[in-house]
Amino acid sequence: MRLSWDFRLEIWSRREFNWMRPRGRGRTRVAGEIMKTTKTIDMPVATEAGLDYLRDDADMPHELMTINMGPSHPATHGVLRLKLVVDGEEIVSCDPVIGYLHRGMEKIAENCHYNQFVAYTDRFDYLAPMSNNIAYACAVEKLLGWELPERGQAIRVLCAELSRISSYFLGLGVYAMDTGAMTAFLYCYEEKEKVHNFYEKICGARFTSSYTRIGGMTRDLPKGFEKEVLAFCDSAEKTVDELKRLLLHNKVFIDRLVGVGVITREMALQNGMTGPNLRASGVKRDLRKTNPYLGYEKYEFDVPVAQEGDCYARFQLRLEEILQSVRIIRQVCDSMPSGPICVQNQWGVLPRKEDALQGMEELIRQFMVSTQCVNAPAGQVFFAVENPKGELGFFLDSVGGGLPNRLKMRSPSFCTLSILPELLPGHLISDIGAILGSFDFVQGECDR
Amino acid sequence: MENLLKWCTDVLSNPTWFYLLTTIAKLVVVFAVILAFVVLSVWIERRVAGWIQDRPGPNRAGLPLFLLQRFGSKEEQPLKNLLRFLGCPPDGVIARLCRWLRFDREIPTFGLVQPCLDGGKLFLKQEITPSYVRKFYFILAPMLVLGPPLVSAAVIPFASWVQTPFGEINMCIANLNIGPLWIFAVSGLSVYGLTLAGWSSNSKYPFLGGLRATAQLISYEVAMGLSVIPLLMVFGTLNLQEIVHSQAESGWTLLPLWGQGLSLQRWLLCIPMFISFIMFATCIFAEANRTPFDMAECETDLVGGYHTEYSSMKFASFFMGEYAAMVIGSALVVTLFLGGWSIGFGADAALASCSEWLAVACQFVTFLIKLLAFIFFFVWVRWTLPRFRWDQVMKLCWLVFVELAVLNIVLTAVIIYFIH
Repeated sequence: MRLSWDFRLEIWSRREFNWMRPRGRGRTRVAGEIMKTTKTIDMPVATEAGLDYLRDDADMPHELMTINMGPSHPATHGVLRLKLVVDGEEIVSCDPVIGYLHRGMEKIAENCHYNQFVAYTDRFDYLAPMSNNIAYACAVEKLLGWELPERGQAIRVLCAELSRISSYFLGLGVYAMDTGAMTAFLYCYEEKEKVHNFYEKICGARFTSSYTRIGGMTRDLPKGFEKEVLAFCDSAEKTVDELKRLLLHNKVFIDRLVGVGVITREMALQNGMTGPNLRASGVKRDLRKTNPYLGYEKYEFDVPVAQEGDCYARFQLRLEEILQSVRIIRQVCDSMPSGPICVQNQWGVLPRKEDALQGMEELIRQFMVSTQCVNAPAGQVFFAVENPKGELGFFLDSVGGGLPNRLKMRSPSFCTLSILPELLPGHLISDIGAILGSFDFVQGECDR
Repeated sequence: MENLLKWCTDVLSNPTWFYLLTTIAKLVVVFAVILAFVVLSVWIERRVAGWIQDRPGPNRAGLPLFLLQRFGSKEEQPLKNLLRFLGCPPDGVIARLCRWLRFDREIPTFGLVQPCLDGGKLFLKQEITPSYVRKFYFILAPMLVLGPPLVSAAVIPFASWVQTPFGEINMCIANLNIGPLWIFAVSGLSVYGLTLAGWSSNSKYPFLGGLRATAQLISYEVAMGLSVIPLLMVFGTLNLQEIVHSQAESGWTLLPLWGQGLSLQRWLLCIPMFISFIMFATCIFAEANRTPFDMAECETDLVGGYHTEYSSMKFASFFMGEYAAMVIGSALVVTLFLGGWSIGFGADAALASCSEWLAVACQFVTFLIKLLAFIFFFVWVRWTLPRFRWDQVMKLCWLVFVELAVLNIVLTAVIIYFIH
């Protein structure tokens, strides 16, 4: 019996070995026929993916050339791969290949309860983790029909706007770096670092915040926090002013961006673009104004809109939106209400630790919330918020209990990138950096 | 001893030997200075970048004192012993200041050893020559990039001349009568380096980078040649030593503040000279492949451009070639427009009447200071401006600079005609 088992194992392993060995004469040859300078490349093992990467899809030999930009390339901000067919320096066609950062987030959501999934939302748009936390928590709260107390809402607004500023600063800095202005990047990064310091004070982590829970936040703001934030507001305004003077009136910068990557109103709407990219194309749509959530209707701010739809307009618009966010933050800090930060008297929210250590009822509640989370009603709900990258929406399908039956994300970066095949042809290779930079997309959210 | 002296005198009296020996001495000095400046300009680049960007830059790389112990020194704390020797109290102000400056841990070099360490690192890195490249050209290309800038330094005068009992020493390695032409001709050769690097790498990004480099360098060669013609018309010579000498006597090209330079005619000529300076400096930026003209290696779309496939010392020679081109370009701008080695305000003649050797030493230092100032300008521009797009660079050259240069020549000719 034992012998035969060993024998079977051996056969399996041999079969596996055969499968792994390269076929043919030991090596597969991949010939590039388009470029005259291309010689035969010997690939030790030509996998399907490797063959795909080297395949030349250009139609007319000796005229066009296929270039793979990415998945690891400085201009692509992450692991986006663009399959470009170029005629000299001009792009003829573009085929974005996404999914290199796919982690199956939506499937994971079906197997962990609502609170556990908060930690995964940090990894969507990892440049604005707080915004994702808040969006997700708000979506689940909508399913439950809960309303946060005033202070909780104000804290969420504060955190969302802080992370918006941080994300915009990084986006602008990287954008400037893509056009060759290295210094602006570091000026922006300094401001972004300040926001990360705030994250650390709020939730203990600089990057993966996981701040929200269903029905509230993990902890209250530290004492004297508003004062520091107000000081930051001044420095952020100063940096925006500096950026404006450094880049916005720079002849080289203007020449690079004006009239490049023009997205018309129709194109933007057809591709489902949202956020600053949509507003730069002349559509006045901001969920904070159109469908106010978390009490955004209480704060006074403007929605900047540009008509041109080119890279320069998107840059300008983001600068302007930082100033608007600063305005909101000032109002929040001035009118920060006191009171609880979590939903009161609800099953599904952790009790205070002191109470849990003394009362039986609270101890049971602590145990139940940690293991089973909330008991959500059956039903379907969609909730979207205005994230730095655009509208981040969560669709939740619940059959009751602490786990969603299905979770679907509407990720803004995915929609934004879908415009590339339409937009890029006719531009030069050098414009790719500027156009991708102006989209301010993030691959973690696009691939999920 | 006397025999030896006599032999030396004999050798030096022979014009051929005198010429050979002085030339070798000048060669050694100039190449040592240029290579040192290449390293120094890397350091300047890093430090100035740090300064512009609100960060320290490489300021820490000192020589750590634990090395002393490793090499067998029994002294645990040289600083402590030194302070004791000088009679300073170990907790006094001086001791605390020294500790704050980290003298107890390292010999400070203000980060100057950083470029050397970088060079060492590159030297020790694995040398990869991909299997699919054209080997011969792949190896030839870095040499062609580093060589021409060094060779073109030969005609740049770094001080005036000295009369010795055996003959005159001209402080310029090769006092050619075709100075600028020699520089254009030789530095034009570095195009081959970039082209070959891009082509022989047999890869698509370097290929595009090589194409861009070829087009850009050849175009800007034209604009550079044309932009300098007004200046040559004013000075009436192609000999760089003579150009600098007349600048020393009658005011720098851009700053005619003494001698004949105070005349109205000279100030009128400053207008075309200034236009020519702006164009020439811009062309030097383009020739040295620096931001805002670093199309050939622009990392956001071509990864590394023509040197994507290079590693280790081959990459380092591209790197050094770029900085050498920057140093030589700065030297050329300084020589043509900012008075070269001349100290100005008649100080050259005064010093020379005192002692020619002293004058030469002062002039050499002046030249180096001007060079450093212009290198600083190079670095400043790089860390401030965004990069042009490739087609804009070409348009700037062919649609603006070439026309402007031709107009500038006409303007200069008209001004010279009316002055005389």
